[in-house]
Amino acid sequence: MRIGAARQTYAADEALFETTVQRAWFAGLLAALVAFPFMADAYWLYLACLVAINVASATGLNILTGYTGLVSLGQAAFMGIGAYTVAVLEIRFGTPFLLNLVAAGLLAAAGGILVGIPSLRVKGLYLAIATIAASFILHFVFANWTSVTNGVTGLSMPPARLFGVALDTSFRMYWLIVPVTVLMVMGAANLFRTRIGRAFIAIRDRDISAEVLGIPLLRYKLMSFALSSFYAGVAGGLWAYFFRVVTPESFPLVMSIFYLAAIIVGGMGTILGPILGAAFMTMVPEVLKLGVGWLSPWVPDAVALLSPVRTIVFGALIVGFLVFEPQGLAEIWRRVRRFFHLWPFKT
Amino acid sequence: MTEGVAVTPALEIEGVSLSFGGLRALTDVTFSVAEGSITSVIGPNGAGKTSLFNAISGFYKPDKGSIRFHGAAIDRLHAPERARLGLARTFQNIALFRGMTVLDNIKLGRHAHMRTGLIDALFYFGRARREEMALRAEVEQRIIDFLEIDHIRKASVAALPYGLRKRVELARALAMRPKILMLDEPVAGMNREETEDMARFILDVKEEWGTTILMVEHDMGMVMDISDHVVVLNFGQVIAQGLPAEVQRDSAVIDAYLGSGDVGDLRRRLTGAAA
Ligand SMILES: Nc1ncnc2c1ncn2[C@@H]1O[C@H](COP(=O)(O)OP(=O)(O)O)[C@@H](O)[C@H]1O
Ligand SMILES: [Mg+2]
Repeated sequence: MRIGAARQTYAADEALFETTVQRAWFAGLLAALVAFPFMADAYWLYLACLVAINVASATGLNILTGYTGLVSLGQAAFMGIGAYTVAVLEIRFGTPFLLNLVAAGLLAAAGGILVGIPSLRVKGLYLAIATIAASFILHFVFANWTSVTNGVTGLSMPPARLFGVALDTSFRMYWLIVPVTVLMVMGAANLFRTRIGRAFIAIRDRDISAEVLGIPLLRYKLMSFALSSFYAGVAGGLWAYFFRVVTPESFPLVMSIFYLAAIIVGGMGTILGPILGAAFMTMVPEVLKLGVGWLSPWVPDAVALLSPVRTIVFGALIVGFLVFEPQGLAEIWRRVRRFFHLWPFKT
Repeated sequence: MTEGVAVTPALEIEGVSLSFGGLRALTDVTFSVAEGSITSVIGPNGAGKTSLFNAISGFYKPDKGSIRFHGAAIDRLHAPERARLGLARTFQNIALFRGMTVLDNIKLGRHAHMRTGLIDALFYFGRARREEMALRAEVEQRIIDFLEIDHIRKASVAALPYGLRKRVELARALAMRPKILMLDEPVAGMNREETEDMARFILDVKEEWGTTILMVEHDMGMVMDISDHVVVLNFGQVIAQGLPAEVQRDSAVIDAYLGSGDVGDLRRRLTGAAA
C-alpha cells in the first residue's frame, strides 16, 4: 500500500472509521440504539441499561489492564466511590446529575491514583493483591463512615431529573446511560489514536524502552489508573441512579472479578472486547436464571443453587477463554467477519 | 576545528566506574564523542559496552564519574529526561513494542516532543488531531521513505524478520530527532547486504541530519569503514582510542582480542578491514 503525500490521505488513514462501510455500520448501530427502547419490553430495557453500565466500567478496566498491562481487582470498589458520591450529592445538595456524574468520576479517579502509586514498584499478581486490599479498605469506609454513607443500611436516593422529568424507569434511564456509555467508549477509541494511548501500550509491552523514549512510567501508570477509575466512577454513578439504593454490599469483590472476566472473555486491549465481553457476561446470569426456572419443578432448591453455579460458570468462562481463545470474543468476531467477507469465494 | 579553540564535545564520559555487586563492569572509563562524529566502541563480549550504554541512557547509576551532554552534567537525570534532551538509542536485542504496528512503534519516538494531553486525546479535537496529523506526515516523509520501509508500515512488528526489526528500531530512534544516537550492535546477525544497507543509513543520518552517533559494533569492517573515532574497551577499561587506523595497529588491542581466544579470525578482521 502506498500513501501519497497529500494531507487528506493521512487524515483518512488515521480516521476512527477508515472506510465508508465502517461508517455505515456505526451509523446503523447508533440508529439501532435509538430505536431499541421503543421496541423492547421493560425486562430487555432493564438488561440494556445494565449492559451499558457494565460496558462503561469494563472499558475503563480495559484501559488499565488490557492496554497498560496493570491488573486490577478494584474496579467495583471504584464504582462504589462513584455511586456514593452521586448518592450523597443528590440527597444532600440536589445538584444536577451531569455534575454529580463528573464529580463521581473525579473522586474515583483520585482514589485510583492513590491505589496506583505502588504500581511503579509492584507488578502482576502483587499489584492485583494491592488493589484487592484497596477494595477491602473502601468497603470498610463505606460500612463505617456512618455520618456520610449511613453505614450498612446504605443510602436511598431520589431519581435523576432532566427538565423536571424524573428518570425513574428503565426507559427513561436508557437515554442517560446509553449516551454516556457511547461517549466513554468513543473517548477510549480516540485515546488509542494518540500519544497517550500509545504510551500506555508501550508500558504494557516493554517498559524499559518506554523510558528510553522519554515516557515517565509512574506518571503514565497513574494516568491510566486515574482514567480507568474515572470510568468506574461514572459507571458507578449511573448504577446509583439506576438502582437508587447504594449499600456497602453493592460493590463486592466478585463484581471486580466480573469485570476482569468481561475483558478477558471479550478480548483485552481492543475497543470491541469490553463491549462484547460485558454484554456476554451480563447475559450469562440471565440465561442461568432461565435454566433455573425450567429446572425448579424437578430440582426443589434450584434457586438456592443459582449463586454458586453462577460463580462456577464465570470461573469456567475465564479459564476456558484464557486457554482456548486468549484474544477473546473480539477475535472470534474478526474471524466471522473475515469469513463473510470472503464467502462464498473462500472459506 | 580551529586550533586552540575548544569545541564542546557532544558527549563526555569522565572517569565512569560501575559495578554489579563484586563485578566491576566499568573502571574509570573516560572518552568523549565529538559533535557530528561517528564514534565506535569495540571490545570482546562482556567488556562492558552495553553497560556503558545503559549508564549513558540512565538505567545504571555509575559508582563514580560523570557524564556530560553538550557540556552539561546529566548524572542526576532519569532515563526519560535524558531522552527528552535528545539522547536516543537502540538495543542489542531489539526492544520494539510487539503488540503494535511499525507505524505506531515509530510514532512513539516523538512522544516526548508532543503536547497532547489526556482530555485532548479523549476527544481527538484541536491539538490532538493537529499533532497526530503533523506527526504522521513527518514520520512518512522523513523516516519511512528514508529507511525504505513503506511496504511494512501497517505490519505488526512481531511478524517481521530480524533485519527489518533492527531497521524499525532505528526508525523509532530517529523519530526522536535525536542529537546523539546510540546504536548497540546495529548489524549483529545481519547478512552482508543488510549490513551494507544499515551502514549506508548510519552514514546518511550523520551527513543529512547532522546527528552525532555513538555505536557499539563487532563488525570490524563496518567499524573501520565508517567511524571517525574508535574506543576499545576490555574488562571494563579503555585500553586504546583514536582514529580507526591507529587503533588497528595498537598492540594492546590485538592482545585484548588474543585474550578473547578468537585470535586468527579477529586478527584477520582487524587488519583485513584496512584493505
Ligand atoms: N544487570 C547486570 N547485573 C549483573 N551483571 C551485569 C549486568 N549487566 C551486565 N553485567 C555484567 O557486566 C559485564 C559487562 O557486560 P556487558 O556490558 O553486557 O558487555 P558487552 O556489551 O560488552 O558484551 C558482564 O560480565 C556482564 O555479565
Ligand atoms: Mg553488549
